[in-house]
Amino acid sequence: MEKVLMKGNEALAEAAIRAGCKCFFGYPITPQSELPAYLAREMPKRGGVFLQAESEVAAINMVYGAAGAGVRVMTSSSSPGISLKQEGISYLCGAELPCVIVNIMRGGPGLGDIQPAQSDYFQATRGGGHGDYRTIVLAPASVQELVDLVYDAFDLADKYRNPVLILGDGILGQMMEPVVFKERPAKELPPKTWATTGKMGRQKSNVINSLYLDPVKLEEHNRKLFKKYQEIEQKEARYEILNGDDAEYFVVAYGICARIAHAAVEMAREEGIKVGLIRPITLWPYPKKAFEEVLPRAKAFLTVELSCGQMVEDVKLSVEGRAPVYFYGRTGGMVPTAEEIFEEIKKMRGLS
Amino acid sequence: MKLEIIMAGFGGQGIMLMGEILAHSAMLEGREVSWIPSYGPEMRGGTANCMVVISDKRIPSPIISSPDILVAMNKPSMEKFTPMVKSGGVVILNKALIDERPARNDIEIIEVDASGIADELGNMRVANMVALGVLVGKTGVVKPETVIKSIDHFLPEHRKNMLEINEKALMRGIAEIKK
Repeated sequence: MEKVLMKGNEALAEAAIRAGCKCFFGYPITPQSELPAYLAREMPKRGGVFLQAESEVAAINMVYGAAGAGVRVMTSSSSPGISLKQEGISYLCGAELPCVIVNIMRGGPGLGDIQPAQSDYFQATRGGGHGDYRTIVLAPASVQELVDLVYDAFDLADKYRNPVLILGDGILGQMMEPVVFKERPAKELPPKTWATTGKMGRQKSNVINSLYLDPVKLEEHNRKLFKKYQEIEQKEARYEILNGDDAEYFVVAYGICARIAHAAVEMAREEGIKVGLIRPITLWPYPKKAFEEVLPRAKAFLTVELSCGQMVEDVKLSVEGRAPVYFYGRTGGMVPTAEEIFEEIKKMRGLS
Repeated sequence: MKLEIIMAGFGGQGIMLMGEILAHSAMLEGREVSWIPSYGPEMRGGTANCMVVISDKRIPSPIISSPDILVAMNKPSMEKFTPMVKSGGVVILNKALIDERPARNDIEIIEVDASGIADELGNMRVANMVALGVLVGKTGVVKPETVIKSIDHFLPEHRKNMLEINEKALMRGIAEIKK
């Protein structure tokens, strides 16, 4: 199959069209603007709708409308813009509407800068807005994986009637790598009998809503949502372990950081250090199973992030005190070198 | 085989495109490749750089901390990136815009008048292809005919008339190495 050289942002956009996305609503922000630019050009030609909204808040509420009408819909932004969308994401979760939300993270807090970061991990994996809810969070580490996960994101969203977040970073969005757009057979998914597409002979109207004034009803609704989240936790966690077979030490990293950490692991291997890499592909649900798999032989873990330490909390919750967990991070748009991480691997070995 | 390359210069010198063409032609020859641009707020006239990795195997990190090769199209780029070049590595300098030589004797320095040759060919803007030619001639990492295919791929329909001069620039760069 033909390989094409594409930027992460553009490959993501192309994959969305191929995955059946019919509507895109967004507002430009660096470093993800190539994504809406691509869709602005391609969507009208290929039977879709592209609309640049007046704000991120407007865009996410347009997503709510389109998702309610049962079509595949996506929005994208970068960190500050994703913060603006949080109210809408909470409503989407409350109303159980499937959609895909892309966050190509940049440095924060506030307006921060436009360089790569992973400092929206808490926001992404703990809900982000108000109320008891979760979004599925996918964390690709290459342009090819970005493409593959877009298809999965739409399928997971429809399967569970839940928003799915694709969490990338500035480098992933900007970098080019070869990609193949594989033909994928359509997944068997539940029909959207709940969508507001007209009564079509039904007795009752469909209503899309997140307001439950009766607390008994709202508790019931929350319990139902949590049952769904438990099912997702059981079935959908994904991860990759590299150089893990005989490893005694593990680096844990996701997204672009996992790529740099992989290089550091290879350096360490050359010096005979038995170290492997755990790369979570889903950040929620968090792949706790990866840790169970290696804990019998793991002497210590080193979490590496483009943040001051966010995913490290999930690593600790997974390890549950059974081995030391160390952290190394760069932030504000700074990116560690493989050599820096290699030094931290050596330190971890010395400490445990 | 794994080659890590940093290309740098002024915005407007075609730095990004030079990297894209190299990555694309290596992909056409069946290699694993990655390309990362600097994407600061700078526009034309500011500094621009990109990182290209070409390998026979899955590329762990697309981010380069010590390149095998640096292509520096202006002086600030030479000053910024030369200290990062691997010992035994190669620095290709656009002599026309750089009046100094880097103070390192553990690397090979290739000076080429990329801007001058481009001017001689009739278009200053093909200086990037001259430099790319030097890189291709020096490393043999891709075949010249594949690079020409990639140049054609990146030229939009209304610019196909530029293929010939770009090809000439590339071949002049390669010839510089054989001198």
